[in-house]
Amino acid sequence: MKNGKSSSVVINLDGQDVEVPAGINLVEAASLHGTEVPHYCYHPKLSVAGNCRMCLVEMGTPMRDRATGEAILDEHGKQKIGWIPKPVIGCGTNVSQGMHVKTSSPMVKDSREGIMEFLLVNHPLDCPICDQAGECRLQEFATDYGRGYSRYVERKNVKPKRTRLGPRVTLDDERCILCSRCIRFCQEVVDDDVLGFVDRGSFSTLTCFPGKELSNNYSLNTVDLCPVGALTSTDFRFKMRVWFLKESSSICTESSAGSNITVSSREGVIHRITPRRNDEVNDSWMSDSGRELYKNVTSEDRLMKAKVDQEECTLSHAIETVKDTVDGKKLGIVGSCHSSLEEQFLLNKLAKITKAKKFLRGHFGEDDGILVSSDRTPNLRGSLVSGFSSRYPTDNLESLSKSLDKNELDVLLVIGEDLLASGIDLNQLNGVTLIFAGTHQNETSKLAKILIPTLTSFEKTGCFINRNFRVQSFKQAIPGPAGLLPDLQILSALIKSLEKDGIHRPDLSSIWKEMGKSSGSPLKGISFSDVPEDGLLIDGSKWSHLEFVEKKALNYTPARKAQKSK
Amino acid sequence: MIKKKTPKERRIILKHADDPSYSNKISCYLKNDGYSMLKKAFKMKPEQIGEEVLKSGVRGRGGAGFPAGMKWKFLDRKSGKPIYLICNADESEPGTFKDRQIIYKDPHQLIEGMMIAAYAIQAKQAFIYIRAEFFEGARILENAIAEAKSKNFCGENILGSKFSCDLIVHRGAGAYICGEETGLIESLEGKRPNPRIKPPYFPAVLGLYQCPTIVNNVETLCNVKHILEIGGEEFSKIGKPNNTGTRIWCVSGHVQKPGYYEFECGALTLGEMIYDVCGGLLPGRTLKAVIPGGSSSKILRADERFTGKLKDGTDFDWGIEDIPLDFDGPASAGSMSGSGGIIVMDNSVDMVEAMANINAFYAHESCGQCTPCREGSLWMRKITKRMCSGDAREEDADLLLSVANQIEGRTICAFGEAAAWPTQSFIAKFRDEFEEKAKGDSNKPTLQLI
Ligand SMILES: Cc1cc2nc3c(=O)[nH]c(=O)nc-3n(C[C@H](O)[C@H](O)[C@H](O)COP(=O)(O)O)c2cc1C
Ligand code: SF4
Ligand code: SF4
Ligand code: SF4
Ligand code: FES
Repeated sequence: MKNGKSSSVVINLDGQDVEVPAGINLVEAASLHGTEVPHYCYHPKLSVAGNCRMCLVEMGTPMRDRATGEAILDEHGKQKIGWIPKPVIGCGTNVSQGMHVKTSSPMVKDSREGIMEFLLVNHPLDCPICDQAGECRLQEFATDYGRGYSRYVERKNVKPKRTRLGPRVTLDDERCILCSRCIRFCQEVVDDDVLGFVDRGSFSTLTCFPGKELSNNYSLNTVDLCPVGALTSTDFRFKMRVWFLKESSSICTESSAGSNITVSSREGVIHRITPRRNDEVNDSWMSDSGRELYKNVTSEDRLMKAKVDQEECTLSHAIETVKDTVDGKKLGIVGSCHSSLEEQFLLNKLAKITKAKKFLRGHFGEDDGILVSSDRTPNLRGSLVSGFSSRYPTDNLESLSKSLDKNELDVLLVIGEDLLASGIDLNQLNGVTLIFAGTHQNETSKLAKILIPTLTSFEKTGCFINRNFRVQSFKQAIPGPAGLLPDLQILSALIKSLEKDGIHRPDLSSIWKEMGKSSGSPLKGISFSDVPEDGLLIDGSKWSHLEFVEKKALNYTPARKAQKSK
Repeated sequence: MIKKKTPKERRIILKHADDPSYSNKISCYLKNDGYSMLKKAFKMKPEQIGEEVLKSGVRGRGGAGFPAGMKWKFLDRKSGKPIYLICNADESEPGTFKDRQIIYKDPHQLIEGMMIAAYAIQAKQAFIYIRAEFFEGARILENAIAEAKSKNFCGENILGSKFSCDLIVHRGAGAYICGEETGLIESLEGKRPNPRIKPPYFPAVLGLYQCPTIVNNVETLCNVKHILEIGGEEFSKIGKPNNTGTRIWCVSGHVQKPGYYEFECGALTLGEMIYDVCGGLLPGRTLKAVIPGGSSSKILRADERFTGKLKDGTDFDWGIEDIPLDFDGPASAGSMSGSGGIIVMDNSVDMVEAMANINAFYAHESCGQCTPCREGSLWMRKITKRMCSGDAREEDADLLLSVANQIEGRTICAFGEAAAWPTQSFIAKFRDEFEEKAKGDSNKPTLQLI
């Protein structure tokens, strides 16, 4: 570094001078320039343990005279490089100006072959039945960096094959390569120090401390972290070969944290949810509870059929009936913070043309300090940005209750919410016609004259705005149940039927174009395709006067910042 | 061999140790001028003591032989964090039994040395990390510390000064790796003794509780007292340049009089030690090999010639008996003086079996943290064990060597080398015996290899 402060340095990577950010380690630096330094124990979001030794590289620094501090030059007048005679770990070595690195020299190759051989000598040959097969680092690196033959003729170690670590995680100790990622995760991210090794040497065994279990709400992240098939999800175990799975990017709807997720499905069936790395939102983690949400897709109380007056009917008939029911009536609309930004926008539009009164409630809980925030809906901010609401919702529908008491409403269109669980009394609904659009049955849906089943976030595409005012898009992962339509199409059909020049195309880009037109919208000039995979931070200062429940917890910070190695 | 006078021990550290009238009580220590150096130290500035230690050239007695004064200089004093002093009394290197003599017989010498060192580095908290098996030693140290505290040589406001330093004895739980200084620190913090990666966790900067810490061996810390007594300059004249002071050598194995002997560095050769000091080999036996510095050091073959250039530029051409007993002698011969544990082997030893024994130790003691050492040490053990059970194969010698080479230089701590060096040297020097095993007795039943 020339002035000691510059934010980037030039290193020589395999003979090529490249610029990299100062202070990063060699695994990261090489990867920025397309060179893979294989690694197991290193994880960008955990402290450096340096134990697997897979990332060994050759490293040298420009030589200086010890006494004078002057650069030592070679015959060509270039500064000589003092190569360290032993390989160094890439994960634990930070770049410095002029550093030279070799990532594929004979010494490095030999080191990797050695490490791969060592990792495999006591490893069981479980691949054919191992859940990790297909996404296993051990398989991948063995193929890429291993020798391809075995010199091991001794007996392999025997260790426990199915240890229950907690309600959701099962451990196969023989497959564990003792990288300690799972241990560090529990210590550093969740602050729930329950995992550790017992015994020594090659007999070291991962286990829970006596009397403890791995039961925190983030336990399944250890399964994702585990580079091998040692930690398995008890739920997913032996159910599906990963190479059959289709992956779609989505957003967790558990809370306003908006963890980025990957939905893995096969032939229209979701098999698991895993976190998708987003350093601005959820690092590489998500809650266990969030992973369970896909089960709602097929839960028994899912609404599958449109109904009018409790009679099953086609969706179009139901929509038709809505139009007739609403026309010329005093309409109230109960929106939902679970609806996407676009849905809320169309709902607001519907409210405008029907001159409906709008109502919205929030759902709140305890902030767990990690990735389940106090606001237990994914898109409260969407209701603000879309214009559906300008006030911060409470956890009931007080103003609806007042309106009902004053007989201000003839018809109520309810999106997903259960009025009876929101401070509304059954008597208050006397004489009010209920239209319910939602994914799951509740007490309100049972009372509805018109029932419109809608799609879950896994079955449609749209955006949520998280606690940070980050617009994040979720993509359809699986088709919805036969005969159902995306909410946007239903809403736009309604709009179309009630107003001549409503949006005729319910597609996202048209909706976004229109959203950007509303005056003062922070979405001005942005189109749907501008929202990148990792989301787009928009200006939420317009609402800074509101008392958001998340308070300071707008960003996720790991429980214990990685300040220590173990 | 030219017959010379039997070299005489020069006991500085063990001066009183085996005197029948001497006890480990403080009264006895005080009668022998004990704690007078602590008093002297308190009249000096802390840095001055550091200077004396630096001048003395005293090198660490724990194994690596790093100059103590230099280590103290590396201490990060700018951080503002507390500084800790740790005495490494884990003495677990096979073949080593010197620190325990001091602890059991002259504990106050260690305490005095430690308090001087603590004052010099301004540590307000010091620890003695003692191996689990020295339960009596721990008790002796506890008593001695209580005595020293009651006389104000340790604890609050030592000798009425403003300097306070508490001293705590911490017992290990029976793992060799707790002797590695960063493993020791982890253990002292109450965790598994997994050695730390260096960088960044150099004890002098990020040691105990992430604070600057000095770890020194028992014998090293005792030397501090004697350096103060005669001054660093004078101390540096004991022994040889770069090899100053005395060393306690622990001789075990096939000699008539195994034991511990304290000599000025370089005052005698390995041959003199074996034949003159230790009374030679057992009747009718011949010397086969010597491990000069604890089981981790490379073995030397009795009929080898060791040639090369010494640091001062002079050529040397030694037989095993000619190797000078100091730091540089065994190192010049391709091994090291390590912890001073000299293990002598005569012609009754089956080298493959000896190797199997050593490998069993390292496989058992590897902390298991890093891949090469964890898997390599057990693999080597399995190979040599199999070889000794009648199932040696021709390729085993090469395989062993290759496994050892895959460990060396690629691990978190020096245990990797400690495990690899024996194998590398045994194969290099006794390959014939390993290959002989493979020819074996063809009638022997063979194990089913899986
Ligand atoms: C595997 C291993 C075991 C060690 N065991 C001991 C030991 O038992 N006693 C000791 O003093 N040093 C031991 N050491 C050396 C220590 O790490 C450290 O270098 C030493 O305590 C420093 O003290 P010194 O500078 O006074 O020698 C060991 C080192 C390694 C790598
Ligand atoms: S962890 Fe990987 S290498 Fe091991 S059995 Fe499973 S798939 Fe195979
Ligand atoms: S279980 Fe997996 S993550 Fe945990 S130490 Fe073993 S290999 Fe690493
Ligand atoms: S070299 Fe061996 S003892 Fe040292 S950290 Fe690695 S596994 Fe543990
Ligand atoms: S990734 Fe660097 S040592 Fe494991």
